[in-house]
Amino acid sequence: MANLVWKSFKGIPLYVTLIWIAVFSLLLHFLDKSVLSFLGILSSIVLLYFTNTSNKIKLAIGALVLIVIIPLVAGENRYYMEVASQVGIYVAMALGLNIVVGFAGLLDLGYVAFFAAGAYAYAIFSTSQANEFIAGNLFPLTGDWFWPFLIVGLIVAAIFGILLGLPVLRVKGDYLAIVTLGFGEIIRIVFNNLDKPINITNGPQGITPIPAPELFGLKMGTPFYFYFIVLFVIAFIVLANIRFEHSRLGRAWIAVREDELAAQSMGISLLNTKLAAFATGASFAGVVGVIFAAKQTFIDPTSFTLMESIGILVMVILGGSGSIPGVILGAAFVTLLQVQLLKEFSNFLHSLQQSGIINLPNQLDPSKFQRLVFGIMLIFVALYRPNGLIPAKRKTNDLGAIKSSPFSSGKLGILSKLSQSSSTKQS
Amino acid sequence: MLLSILPQVLVDGLTLGFMYAVVALGYTMVYGILEFINFAHGEIFMVGAFVGTEVLLITDAIGGLEGMNPYVALLMTLVITMILTGALGVGIERLAYRPLRGAPRLVPLISAIGVSFLLQDIVRFAEAIARNEFYLNTPVLFTGTVSVFGIATIPIKGLVVIVLAIVLMIALTLFIGKTKWGIAMRAVAQDPSTASLMTINVDKVIMLTFLIGSSLGGATGVLFAQNYGTIDPYIGFILGMKAFTAAVLGGIGNLRGAMVGGVLLGMLESLAGAYMGPLTNQAFGAEYKDVFAFSILILVLLFKPEGLFGEAVKEKV
Repeated sequence: MANLVWKSFKGIPLYVTLIWIAVFSLLLHFLDKSVLSFLGILSSIVLLYFTNTSNKIKLAIGALVLIVIIPLVAGENRYYMEVASQVGIYVAMALGLNIVVGFAGLLDLGYVAFFAAGAYAYAIFSTSQANEFIAGNLFPLTGDWFWPFLIVGLIVAAIFGILLGLPVLRVKGDYLAIVTLGFGEIIRIVFNNLDKPINITNGPQGITPIPAPELFGLKMGTPFYFYFIVLFVIAFIVLANIRFEHSRLGRAWIAVREDELAAQSMGISLLNTKLAAFATGASFAGVVGVIFAAKQTFIDPTSFTLMESIGILVMVILGGSGSIPGVILGAAFVTLLQVQLLKEFSNFLHSLQQSGIINLPNQLDPSKFQRLVFGIMLIFVALYRPNGLIPAKRKTNDLGAIKSSPFSSGKLGILSKLSQSSSTKQS
Repeated sequence: MLLSILPQVLVDGLTLGFMYAVVALGYTMVYGILEFINFAHGEIFMVGAFVGTEVLLITDAIGGLEGMNPYVALLMTLVITMILTGALGVGIERLAYRPLRGAPRLVPLISAIGVSFLLQDIVRFAEAIARNEFYLNTPVLFTGTVSVFGIATIPIKGLVVIVLAIVLMIALTLFIGKTKWGIAMRAVAQDPSTASLMTINVDKVIMLTFLIGSSLGGATGVLFAQNYGTIDPYIGFILGMKAFTAAVLGGIGNLRGAMVGGVLLGMLESLAGAYMGPLTNQAFGAEYKDVFAFSILILVLLFKPEGLFGEAVKEKV
């Protein structure tokens, strides 16, 4: 019965979604500090995904919400824009990891290394740090250089991806997971200690002040601007993901994921295909790393720990590995959970503590629940929903449709041609 | 000067290496039977360290530790810890791994990563509630040192680690080699479906594997706490990674390999920690010793994935 209801469910009617958006934007506009209505607006994107209407209308409404409504009603509030751009950064990273884990099936536990590569690329050259090892006092660069460095970050991370991938991709499956984990840690330790013999990364002290992006003299240092930068990058990454998914390379990734041996025997070069996945995923992380560095204005190796890699992996797996809408949902959900819900909850508990109702040891502060939450999510997803919240749709070839198509005369492929030629000969 | 510290470096490496070896046994046993990397094994080691420390702290608090023979105290701690961590391992297998048997290979690994993080935070919570801090100092049972041929000194606690590790390894080897259950385990490792046709209860054997592996891991935790004094909920990750490296180095699935690999890795790491700094003129010092261990893992996987003692496996279609 429940199954029947689910099957006849065609999606949420359009007017429900529109009312939802209108109500929450008005709420957010009039109640300045309403976290709930902010979450309501963000979740309208999910609602939109399940709305029963054509993709073009969905896209138009989605763009309207993200580009116009959110900045309009929440733009003045620094905190909301900060949260929104943070969500965006993780969405972009998760989409990059989705190529590696979701499409190509390579469990990468050291993904944050590429993020670090991008972040350090911008940080080192945009501050006076680069003077330590490049003669001539050419640095720091101005914020105008942020834009070219988006490309530089992409290239640096892609090169990192290929260099790491070359040795690492020879091992497979669960070994690959451990080796990438090892490499992720190695890179973090190296960045942490590369203040000698030559001071490149300034070691544990980190690098600061990283300049904000500038465009024609306009300093874009506030979360408001970063929101748009991130949005632009996400649009690019989503587009790339969609284009890759059904391309020759994308189909090769999926073939490798499903069965390496079979893929190989169909003429797919394993190493090249995997390297391409590694480099593509890495390059997206690199771009995001540049944005991250500019947004934080300070970076040090503690931003690039294993926890970050696991966090991004949780986003991909929770959302549905290989599914683009799923990964976006997963990333948004996990980030909001971390930066907003847990923090709100811990503020709430703190207020209770201050009024003397409960006594809370510092270690039980919910904002430190990260590992617990990630752990439970990973176990539950693995046990009960291995395909994630929005599972990837599998493109299937309908054999019946092919057979009945005018191009097929009963037999498929080369056989149909053979039978055609033989029948023409007979006549 | 460099050579004069060599014996001491080797002795330290030996202590470390035996700890790696015992933890590596847990990885290798599970891998040998399920072909699955039990990512949470390092965390079981960590839980063992905490359980052992708590047992000692509680005994001390009620005044039981005073006047008790330190060897008896250690034995009591070990037994309690091994029972508890063994049960923990079996429980994890039952709840988080068994439902996933037959799933694609990466799914149980993801579940194991989840278990690992969960355990870290659970221990942190428990300690935060009980003691309001999560760094614990273990009561010291053994003080004093023994001289080794007059060229190096080894603390008694280090000697205890080595002796106990050897005892545990011999016991395990005898168990696997001589007993009925040991034979059943080897049969399941070779071919689970045939073994089950030979009236071997595969589920029970897998449970037993987790029981033994986890209790060994827990016992190592106790030894670690004794040897280093301070523990925190995050010690399991790095030690687990290194023990896994040791298992791979010796040939994963191979018990003897895990023992040799562990000792070898401990020695190499100790040497690297002591000599990398002086040899590279302090450019790359002891802070890179974890990098060194990970590099060994990567190198072994690349060039000799079957390890020192393992057999090369041809992939079947």
